[in-house]
Amino acid sequence: MAIQRGAIELAGLTKSYDGVTPVVQGVNLKIPDGAYCCFLGPSGCGKTTILRMIAGHEDPTDGEILIGGENVVGLPPVERGTAMMFQSYALFPHLSVRDNIAFALRVRGQDKAERYRLTDAMIEKVRLTELRDRLPGQLSGGQQQRVALARAAITEPRVLLLDEPLSALDEQLRIQMRSELRRMQRELGITFIHVTHSQLEAIALADIVVVMEKGQIKQSGAARDVYAAPKDRYVAEFLGGQNVFSGRVGTVNGDRIVLQASEMKQVAIPLCGARVKQGDAIDVAVRRDDINLLRPGATLAGDTSSLASRVMGIEYQGNFVKVMLDPVGSDEFVAYVPERTFFHDPLDIGDVVMAAWPADHARLLA
Amino acid sequence: MSAAPAAMPAAKTHAKRRAIAPSKGRRPWTFYALTALFVFYVLALYGPMICIYILSFQDVRGGLVFPMKGFSLHWFVDLFTQVRTGDVKGAFSRSIKLAILVTAITVVVSFLSAMAFRRRFPGDNIVFALMIGSLVAPGLVLGIGVGLMFNFLGIDTSWWGSALGAQLSWTLPFGVLVMFAVMSRFNPAWEEAAYDLGATRWQTIRLVIVPVLAPGLVAVALFGFTLSYDEFARTLQTAGPQNTLPLEIWSMTMNVTSPSLYALGTVTTVISFLVIGISLGTIVLMQKRRGQRAPMH
Repeated sequence: MAIQRGAIELAGLTKSYDGVTPVVQGVNLKIPDGAYCCFLGPSGCGKTTILRMIAGHEDPTDGEILIGGENVVGLPPVERGTAMMFQSYALFPHLSVRDNIAFALRVRGQDKAERYRLTDAMIEKVRLTELRDRLPGQLSGGQQQRVALARAAITEPRVLLLDEPLSALDEQLRIQMRSELRRMQRELGITFIHVTHSQLEAIALADIVVVMEKGQIKQSGAARDVYAAPKDRYVAEFLGGQNVFSGRVGTVNGDRIVLQASEMKQVAIPLCGARVKQGDAIDVAVRRDDINLLRPGATLAGDTSSLASRVMGIEYQGNFVKVMLDPVGSDEFVAYVPERTFFHDPLDIGDVVMAAWPADHARLLA
Repeated sequence: MSAAPAAMPAAKTHAKRRAIAPSKGRRPWTFYALTALFVFYVLALYGPMICIYILSFQDVRGGLVFPMKGFSLHWFVDLFTQVRTGDVKGAFSRSIKLAILVTAITVVVSFLSAMAFRRRFPGDNIVFALMIGSLVAPGLVLGIGVGLMFNFLGIDTSWWGSALGAQLSWTLPFGVLVMFAVMSRFNPAWEEAAYDLGATRWQTIRLVIVPVLAPGLVAVALFGFTLSYDEFARTLQTAGPQNTLPLEIWSMTMNVTSPSLYALGTVTTVISFLVIGISLGTIVLMQKRRGQRAPMH
């Protein structure tokens, strides 16, 4: 087969409910077969609409959706080979676990014996055998999620679409079910598209993270690329873990520029091929865990940028300590200090510190 | 910020008090006052009817007032055999048939309109307002109007024609209102999930929507049946030559002076309670089988 069956391509995908304001505008994206793809964005960014268009529950206003190389716009979900797991699972309240999972086979007219044989095998796979005859209302959130997953997977879809699958669960269960989702995806070997507003969830699960804002893709790529190398301020702030400063280009010298901002002096930023000229407004990102906090007067290592600041707040996070520093302009300034390092010489609120980072770890944003 | 620590001890003692109160077994005086009020209410409600039930079990010497004379089923037998009390048997069977007809139409139409009202459509507010309008229209006037209209059109009034229509003007708005309440708990995602899993529209209705809404549909049926079974005002001018049971009872109060009138009251009450009991029993059974509903978001 030239084109793999679960590969998805979105081309110029656009959706507007009233014909005036687009909810999704001109989205282009390729998702390879068998990938775990997360759409990440705040509510109202159009991520769920894209999912529902792929599923066949909404029709695009414009553009194409190709699954396995075939345009599926206008086809019902069954003919697309997709299956959807709904946000609150939408389990049928009057049917037992077994009959919920068997539903797709039942409406296909499969006889009872064969239907239950396949269903019971799936029930085994998601470890629900003991709860087979329970009704959804008698299950916990995590169990309900497994039923929903099994019900969607029983038809052997080539793409499984998950709409905020973990949002109905409490924190601990969410982390547990998260890894279960990933395990199921590996076992089934099919494409998963997962919509979430949690960056933690997205980067923990996804092969491909797609960050969205106002109906458009801001950045897409491997989880690590998106997290460590955000393209712009929006992506950097949404994924977190970065300090973003804005300022102007002071001087350009060779492959470095010097950032000029009211509270900063002489902060050098690597240029990495970007083309800017003196006076341009720019955003710069520095990872929060790249920042070292030193007492005033300490000697800095070579090629280090630094900034005098003050400790405004301290939060213990277990494996690291979150130190809130004096904001730079209107931008938050935070350092994640490894726990042992912090308690070697604990800082107090109000202490004056030097915040320093290796100069070439700063990133110029678009 | 400062309010939070101050509020906490108060909340704690409050919780403690609430946790301890029931184990002491002392109830506030308001509990007894309200209990007395409710007992009085039930007595006032059933007292007059109980008098009728008791007096219907007199023997052949029985009269219309206390004291009770003897004890037998004489007046029940009399009710269904004597011609001079009127056509009770016929009226009874007509009322049951009419109630079943009204119930069936009410359930089907209420279900369909609830399905239609899931989404907004042009003029939906007007349709809704018109429906409620027919609910507040005075029944007697509406009945006269229906009678007049049939007369004008040259169609004979009958219990299965004009009276059916007049009763539906009463039961349909009720049924639709109940279905609206039921539908508000229906998660549209269930329908989408069925479609996603490959069910046709018809399969979705048959395998998902109707079973999920079943307790609500039983409630609508119960409404339809009881509203029709003892409907008087709208039926009076529309039933035509043959009486329904409430009309028969009314005419009996004019010319029958025996306890068979009371016997009739007892029989119709028993029927009503049976219908209500069976309906509620069915709903309870369904809910029990279904257990707790899945939480919705």
